Amino acid sequence: MPELMSPALIMVVAALAIGPARGHLRTAVVLLAPLLTLWAVWQVPDGVQGTLHFLSYEIEPVEGSPLRRLFATIFALMAFVGGLFAFRLARWHELAAAYLYAAGAIGVSFAGDLISLFIYWELMALFSTVVVWCGGTAAARAAGIRYAILHLIGGVVLKVGIEGVVVSTGSIQITPMLAHDFNSWMILCGILINAAAPPLSAWLADAYPESSFTGSVFLSAFTTKTAVLALILLFPGEPLLIWVGLFMIMYGIIYALLENDIRRILAYSVVNQVGFMVCAVGIGTQLALNGAAAHAFAHIIYKALLFMSAGVVIYRTGRNRCTELGGLFRTMPVTAICGIIGALAISSFPLTSGFTTKSMISQAAANQQMVWVYMLLTAASAGVFLHAGIKFPWFVFFQKDSGLRPKDAPWNMAAAMIIFAALCLLLGIFPEWLYRFLPYPVDYVAYTPGKVVFYLQLLLFSGLAFFLLLPLMKRTETISLDVDWLWRRGLPMAAGRLARYFDAAAALWANAGAAWKKRLHSFTARYLGQPHTADSEERAVFARSWPIGTTALWIAILLSAYVLFYYI
Amino acid sequence: MTDHNDDHWLTRPATIRKLWWGFSVVLALTVLAQLVIYVKGYFTVDGWFGFGAIYGFLCCLLMVLFARGLGYFVKRPNDYYAESENDA
Repeated sequence: MPELMSPALIMVVAALAIGPARGHLRTAVVLLAPLLTLWAVWQVPDGVQGTLHFLSYEIEPVEGSPLRRLFATIFALMAFVGGLFAFRLARWHELAAAYLYAAGAIGVSFAGDLISLFIYWELMALFSTVVVWCGGTAAARAAGIRYAILHLIGGVVLKVGIEGVVVSTGSIQITPMLAHDFNSWMILCGILINAAAPPLSAWLADAYPESSFTGSVFLSAFTTKTAVLALILLFPGEPLLIWVGLFMIMYGIIYALLENDIRRILAYSVVNQVGFMVCAVGIGTQLALNGAAAHAFAHIIYKALLFMSAGVVIYRTGRNRCTELGGLFRTMPVTAICGIIGALAISSFPLTSGFTTKSMISQAAANQQMVWVYMLLTAASAGVFLHAGIKFPWFVFFQKDSGLRPKDAPWNMAAAMIIFAALCLLLGIFPEWLYRFLPYPVDYVAYTPGKVVFYLQLLLFSGLAFFLLLPLMKRTETISLDVDWLWRRGLPMAAGRLARYFDAAAALWANAGAAWKKRLHSFTARYLGQPHTADSEERAVFARSWPIGTTALWIAILLSAYVLFYYI
Repeated sequence: MTDHNDDHWLTRPATIRKLWWGFSVVLALTVLAQLVIYVKGYFTVDGWFGFGAIYGFLCCLLMVLFARGLGYFVKRPNDYYAESENDA
């Protein structure tokens, strides 16, 4: 049976042990469990590792492949560095939830069939919600509820699709498909909700920045990247994804440019970066899928690094808005340098991991002669440097002197940032270390002199544009409306208006009722009224006593009328 | 801890002037490098001299202007959703 044990179960056990464990034992559990998981990930051979019978289905809880191991590796590594970053400050239930969340992501990576995939998918939805709630504020609670509702709806949509596929094909296998019928559309929509694709991308920038500064580090890594893995497994080469991805890329840039909250800037840039991966899955060639996988790997590292440096700033200053920050490079050199390395990596600067991975996606578009896609991806690379590469470090660490002189990061947070910053550079300088583990053989050369010159021109002139356009990008104390306005404001407003209409209708009804009652009352008073008097003449017409002869006469009339009508 | 007397070398006007000069030289060099290094264009235009520089600059300009324009429609005050009021 051991071959049926997913490496995810190690994280589940660790998460359950975090609560009861105390002191150094808890630290040991937090730090060693992801490393043990990492080891277990690399013990999973290729192919399905046995089946379980459940109802009439063949469940395959563990299936190995280079792609699956690659994603599980980065998820386990992320859990380790995130644990290192968080263990001294995060409360135990946040750590436990984050580890169960990571377990879900690792479980999805190895899930060999749609049912196991769905179970781990929901595990992620549940415990990522708990991580959001661990932000502890009223805003975090409300954002967590919105997050949970959306992800549970996404889960239902995914489940509808899975049921449909099972009914129509009789198989729960994870096999590549295209969105050509209702079932595959449902599966695609369910996955895309987790990938923060339009129109439902607002949940990401809504919920992640409301979590604690340790929680957002975990949140940035798992949900969207498992969605990318699921897309690679289920929808490689689905042409729709190219345009969905391009929309996400542009949406992320524009909204990040408008944003003032430092973690929300990073959250929008998660959507932007996942857009690159979704677009690559849509292109669907081997180079593109390699690019999507490599970019997901590199992205988790530098995005977590950026969230960590933002987290340290929030921890040390208690502030999270560009307008309140600035000039922190003086007293936070480690955080600033690590943040800058992360920012350069996300902008795909040469010698960073972003360059060696993201350029594969552009190359794949060029190889397929997709001129618009290539041009938009290139424009987006410039835009990423603009919105994340310079904007984030500039407004947080330089800009103006905010007068803040906070201490630099505590040792464990600094260590976590340095590990990831080093990885950003190592994967940028020695890309072949990552290329070896990609799903398809790589014959891509990242560093050609022409490519480096082109990207340096592109990025450095974007930098020039940033500094020349700074007056246009002055931060304001604002938020930006998104599609979630519909359910945060629009629906409540509509419901309020509807309630007012109902109230008005009810009032009308009540008035009409009162009038009818009055009328009925006067009617009964007139015909059935019986004042307390002995005089029959004062009573209403049906309440009087009438002589028996009158009654006999009426009965005779009625009977003759009856007889008459009977013959007619 | 707060020290508003800002004399860090990186924030002095002289340093900033030098940084601008240095940055301009680097910018010029990246374009001039194309004289000696062949940049492969996949769709002819992207192989033109200085295409990366102009394209990068113009795209950023467009994105910033577009974001600013969109900002007029979607920007709202921080307390628009007023969740802080629900703080029990």
